[in-house]
Amino acid sequence: MIELRGVTKAWPGGAGVQALDLSVPEGECCALIGPSGCGKTTTLRLVNRLVEPDAGSIRIGGADALKQDPVHLRRGIGYVIQEGGLFPHRRIGANVATVPALLGWNAARTRARVEEVLTLVGLDPARYRDRWPHQLSGGERQRVGVARALAADPPVLLLDEPFGAVDPLRRAQLQAEVLSLLKHLRKTVLLVTHDVQEAVRLGDSVALMRGGRLVQHAAPAEMLAHPADGFVAEFLGADRALTRLGLFRIRDVPRDAATVAGEALPEATTLRDALSAMLERGVRAVPVTEGGALTLEAVLRSR
Amino acid sequence: MRWTWRNLDTIGAALGEHVLLVGAALLLAGVVALPLGVLVARRPLWRAAVLGASAGLYSIPTLALFALLVPLLGLGFRAALLALASYAMPVLLRAVVTGLEGVALAVREAADGMGLTPRQKLWQVELPLALPSVLAGLRVAVATLVSAATVAAYIGGGGLGVLILTGLDQGHTEKILVGATLVCALALAADVALRRMQRA
Amino acid sequence: MIGWLRANPDAFLDALLQHLALSVSGLLIGVALALPAALLLARRPVLAEWASAGAGVLRTLPSLAVLAALLPLLGVGFTPSVVALALLALPPVLLHALVGLRGAEPAAVEAARGMGFTPLQSLLRVELPLALPQVFAGLRTAAVQVVSGASLATFIGGGGLGDLVTQGMALLDIPQVQVGGIAIALLALATEGGFGWLQRRWERA
Repeated sequence: MIELRGVTKAWPGGAGVQALDLSVPEGECCALIGPSGCGKTTTLRLVNRLVEPDAGSIRIGGADALKQDPVHLRRGIGYVIQEGGLFPHRRIGANVATVPALLGWNAARTRARVEEVLTLVGLDPARYRDRWPHQLSGGERQRVGVARALAADPPVLLLDEPFGAVDPLRRAQLQAEVLSLLKHLRKTVLLVTHDVQEAVRLGDSVALMRGGRLVQHAAPAEMLAHPADGFVAEFLGADRALTRLGLFRIRDVPRDAATVAGEALPEATTLRDALSAMLERGVRAVPVTEGGALTLEAVLRSR
Repeated sequence: MRWTWRNLDTIGAALGEHVLLVGAALLLAGVVALPLGVLVARRPLWRAAVLGASAGLYSIPTLALFALLVPLLGLGFRAALLALASYAMPVLLRAVVTGLEGVALAVREAADGMGLTPRQKLWQVELPLALPSVLAGLRVAVATLVSAATVAAYIGGGGLGVLILTGLDQGHTEKILVGATLVCALALAADVALRRMQRA
Repeated sequence: MIGWLRANPDAFLDALLQHLALSVSGLLIGVALALPAALLLARRPVLAEWASAGAGVLRTLPSLAVLAALLPLLGVGFTPSVVALALLALPPVLLHALVGLRGAEPAAVEAARGMGFTPLQSLLRVELPLALPQVFAGLRTAAVQVVSGASLATFIGGGGLGDLVTQGMALLDIPQVQVGGIAIALLALATEGGFGWLQRRWERA
């Protein structure tokens, strides 16, 4: 787990972090969000001590991060940045093997692990291992960036706008894949993003920052339903109720037994899409493939 | 051509001296430029001062630099070597600094974030990525040195310039042409070789 | 040094004026050859490629070797020195001008054609103005090279500030050597700085 207590960092130009308390439980993903200059990236970089705090304590997995050698600390934390930050002069295999090499793993173990993590992120090792970063698409580079961060199997990962450089069509799929992978691996994740949709979709909790302070830290559905103040409400957007419906699926709400005409929706459909289907068809209920019907009233009651 | 055939050993020795002078000056310049470049590349104030001073040094004409250094260093190979090295140093320094500056911030951040020590980052990431720029600088430095080393004969540095200058003194056309041709050939050969290296 | 200057003001002035005469003539001739050549070559990619390669070779040749190699052809004195300096000025101007002319914004050239400019009109009124910053950068490099090269003219009897250095060395007159050295260095730095200043002013305008 990651635990920040009273962490303060002042920059000469402002945009620091003030008395920040934030904790991310083991195996969960916390999405840090806020307008630019709110301190979210600084917060992330405080965790692996690319930025040194002026005051406060930082604990990772129960150990005091500030008492460790920063270089040693970083080798135990996965770090993914926009565009991946791959080393352009090293092949994909060597890029992924960076931290294992720093930790002195032997060649056989490193090689096996490189294959394993490349496979995990959905890249065929035989095809990609010997390529150069510039030969890959933005999305592929990002996957390599994730593989590289996972190589030494760190319990904690820091992701800084990891999907920013991926084209919008592929982004949603990559987000879903990476997050389900990190969930499956039980990683504790701190994710910085400026995209509300990304934050609520990926975060078990969302931490909204403004001017170096934490404004609200809550589960996405909770924050969308009860924004702490006008700033949070505005930042989440006027369509926050719709955004929230996107977090629930038909299977999450009670269904009506009545038979309704029309094309049926699978119960994995989000309530947002189901509502959209009702609007499109001009009806107050849609049939569900698995049986029964979803009514407009059920959607409205879900809030 | 009779003079040439009778003096092949003198010519060979002059060529050897020229290459030695260039090689030694290059080495000396590199030994100063590399650490200095690494030191100033990430320090904007130092960087501006050091690069400005070295650009000034580089734009001083060869003969003027030699004329100013002779009272300090005297004549001979050592003086010529120091003068030449101070000529090549600015070129290499600029190349190192530009190369290091060209390393993308994201790449440096990633290196830090993964726990490379500053030294590991320098040797494993930054310097390899600065290499193309350094090679380009090396090419310019070698061309400059081959040219300046010709003039170095004037302050007793030896080399092919000796053939040219004594030839000019004695009105010995063949000697002048042999010296001039060889020094041009050397400059072009070095340039071609370094360009190959740049492409590889 | 000051003592030497006080004692020999005429010798110094003569050398300086000769140096300037050498440099200006060499630079002007070089530019007069390089610019029309660049304009002629701009539309002929293959020839331009060859000319660039040739200029690249010429630029690599040591100045003293160029000066010395001309001696058997042209003898000693002012004229062969100017010819050699023109040869030094030519490559940078030609290379920069070619880069500038060939790098002209394709959209601007396309627009000029679309508005009915003849190729010659387009070259002179659109492409050349767009290439001017590059041409000027080439001019700056050439000027510094020529001022620097002119100090070597003394070796083939061309005169200039280099004379002060060589005469001083022959007479073991260190102050004279220093005056020569400092004067050459200052002239080169002033040329570099002056052209740089003009370049920045122009870019701002």
